[in-house]
Amino acid sequence: MTDLLRPHVLGASPARVEGAAKVTGTALYAGDQRVTDPAYLHLVQAEVARGRVTSVDAEAALALDGVLAVLTPDNAPRLASTDDAELAVLQSHDVDFRGQVVAAVVARTPEIARQAGALVDVRIDEAPHDVHLGADRDDLYAPEEVNAGAETDTSQGDVDAAMAEAPFTVDHTYTTAWYNNNPMEPHTTTALWSDGDLVLHDSTQGVHPTRDTAAEVLGLDPERVRVVSPHVGGGFGSKGTAHVNVIITALAAKAVPGTPVKLALTRQQMFSLVGYRTPTIQRVRLGCDEGGWLRAVAVDVVEQTSRIKEYAEQTAVPSRMMYAAPHRSTTHRLAALDVPVPSWMRAPGECPGMFALESAVDELAIACGVDPVEFRVRNEPEVEPESGKPFSSRNLVACLREGARRFGWDDRDPAPRSRRESDWLVGTGVASSTYPVNKMPGSAATVRRTVDGRFRVEIGAADIGTGTWTSLAQVAADALGVEFADVELRIGDTDLPKATVAGGSSGITSWGSTVVAAAREFRAKFGDDPDEGDELTATMPEDDASDEYAKHAFGAQFAEVRVHVDTGEVRVSRLLGVFAVGRVVNPRLARSQLVGGMTMGLSMALHERSVLDERFGHVVNHDFAEYHIAANADVPRVEALWIDEHDPHVNPMGTKGIGEIGIVGTAAAIANAAHHATGVRVRDLPLTLDHFLS
Amino acid sequence: MDGDVELDVDGRSRTLRVDSRTTLLDALREGLGVTSVKKGCDHGQCGSCTVLLGGRRVVTCLTFAIAHDGATVTTAEGLGAGGRPHPVQEAFVERDAFQCGFCTPGQVCSAVGMLAEARDGRPSAVTDDLTGPVELSDDEVRERMSGNLCRCGAYGNIVDAIQDVAR
Repeated sequence: MTDLLRPHVLGASPARVEGAAKVTGTALYAGDQRVTDPAYLHLVQAEVARGRVTSVDAEAALALDGVLAVLTPDNAPRLASTDDAELAVLQSHDVDFRGQVVAAVVARTPEIARQAGALVDVRIDEAPHDVHLGADRDDLYAPEEVNAGAETDTSQGDVDAAMAEAPFTVDHTYTTAWYNNNPMEPHTTTALWSDGDLVLHDSTQGVHPTRDTAAEVLGLDPERVRVVSPHVGGGFGSKGTAHVNVIITALAAKAVPGTPVKLALTRQQMFSLVGYRTPTIQRVRLGCDEGGWLRAVAVDVVEQTSRIKEYAEQTAVPSRMMYAAPHRSTTHRLAALDVPVPSWMRAPGECPGMFALESAVDELAIACGVDPVEFRVRNEPEVEPESGKPFSSRNLVACLREGARRFGWDDRDPAPRSRRESDWLVGTGVASSTYPVNKMPGSAATVRRTVDGRFRVEIGAADIGTGTWTSLAQVAADALGVEFADVELRIGDTDLPKATVAGGSSGITSWGSTVVAAAREFRAKFGDDPDEGDELTATMPEDDASDEYAKHAFGAQFAEVRVHVDTGEVRVSRLLGVFAVGRVVNPRLARSQLVGGMTMGLSMALHERSVLDERFGHVVNHDFAEYHIAANADVPRVEALWIDEHDPHVNPMGTKGIGEIGIVGTAAAIANAAHHATGVRVRDLPLTLDHFLS
Repeated sequence: MDGDVELDVDGRSRTLRVDSRTTLLDALREGLGVTSVKKGCDHGQCGSCTVLLGGRRVVTCLTFAIAHDGATVTTAEGLGAGGRPHPVQEAFVERDAFQCGFCTPGQVCSAVGMLAEARDGRPSAVTDDLTGPVELSDDEVRERMSGNLCRCGAYGNIVDAIQDVAR
């Protein structure tokens, strides 16, 4: 049990403290930081997917007035570590994916840098490439573990026998597309060297993780690298680890001593250089008895990684804990391809995995004649199925019931094609959501009583749109027992105490626990009336009960979908999500995050797909004109709410993390609703109109 | 080839020398340090760089600075008056109509421009009556704001914020 904070400021809804700066555009993002007389970097990318650079002729580029340097595999400074092949930029002549950086130009202006980039003559001896993902490949392999340290394969009971005996079964393959995170702010880095020290203004989800990576790769003492990132224009995982932009900008700045160098990736470059969600192929087998009780749950996943750096999305992981069943198994197999390096994108694992599982559950519920809400309720486990651990709290059923009530689910005619409004077939669908409660060790925070009688709280945390500037100050206020206005929070700079990454929905759990520890120790040492200048730094306490409980957030999403009878056009006309996410720190901001996740889930369901041209190995629709993300007119009224949930086992705030769960299950709810509307089951995202034209 | 342009930016007269290839966006950001204008795509596909140019909304990445000598540019930083933010900006904060905030300066400029267009009776793709005054339904706002992408998914709150001002 954790000593829960008594909520006073927690649960209130102050507006974002940086709101005025953001609406006027005066909040400074990485590319906005004022530096004196910067130079500009432009990247030259490989135009083949595999090969070897045989020559780089930079003569014409260097002859251009205003060009300061051209970095190539022949002249780029050597890096101290090339263990991370994604970051080993210009360290070898090998080309391992199309779009890889093969040269870089530093120039006085962005226009000159770009022009010079086109003049760099890169010759590549092309080799045959292989970028085809298929479940029938004979070279699929099992990684040692999958993302977040989860087991690659698991098995309990006898799935085959249970499937053979079950009166109702589903055995289908579902696919999710290649998705690119596409935060609105391109990955941007400004680098300045000064007496061997490096300052990086970077758009990152974690200043300290970025600092540590940069220091290791560049061979510097971490204390000599400062990373500054007060405002970040979205990340969704793509800024959770340092990408090549950080390293190449630091190298380029080394080439022009005393001159700061700025790099903002182009939108097109972001499709090959900053990670993406792997496409997945998921075979799901479910079997249940006459009453709709699951007997078998099996998910076999095939997905891709790059040949040079392994990333294994934990796609089958949510199926291990969602529903009770005596016979169950999961596998993950990878194809190592000549493709850009995949990485985190909002709810890695849970997001694609729950599309398949929750679609299959809908299919099985229909097959056995049990209402899809009731089917899920019926298969609620008493303990976490694979581990046998008790849940710290699990309120999926409450979410399903409350959602069903608010959505008007009971009035639904379950028959497909039972509702038509003018030229539109209308259907409704449901799916569950889940996301683990993640806590990352390693953060520290400082509390100081300032001259004006307030409390300064310092921690190198990140606000990527999540609301940290506001919500972490709320946590600090309650931990100190003061008003919100009495807290001055400082984040986003490695000059502040070390903080873990804004990833895995772990921000408030990790940083909040740290801030609470620092505040409590501060009060214990300095009492209720501290003196000006009293200061204390504390680290996040070890979790005493971390292994006793299974800790997860849950939710239920309901969608209403319209499919045009003639054109097959698909529109989502309503989305409702009810979540059980522990205590909510700031309802105004929490609602935005949950709605934002659901909106990205809608976008995944209807619009998004990076189209790989296998002949050349690149994403052809690499911009916002062709890679469609939901626009304003695509998004109906989206409602997100939550039930009261009290979980004393997660952390002192009682929070579970809300950044990712909103996207989990949305696409399945929409696909299930589209099936209800039309009778057409779409198992391959996105739900483009061709699926509905027979 | 370089040339000189004079711009009125947020009420201040500014002169700078630009490459003929320099977009209005890069001239503002890199030439004049006006970083309230954001670059999200550089191709006119996301709307993050929207400003009011002579009172009308434009994406500054799709137009060259050299073509705008003497122009009046209003960015999000210059929308307010008398030391107060514009009502649209206040409504955005109150409605939490943004998260990361990167598209937001473009959204608010677009919203201010859009409200003026609607007041002028200009129809959109979802306007039924092409000749009468425009009634700003939520669908009208959604349609008219669809040139401004928001990856955080704040669209619903953006519509609410704009309606707070429109009504």
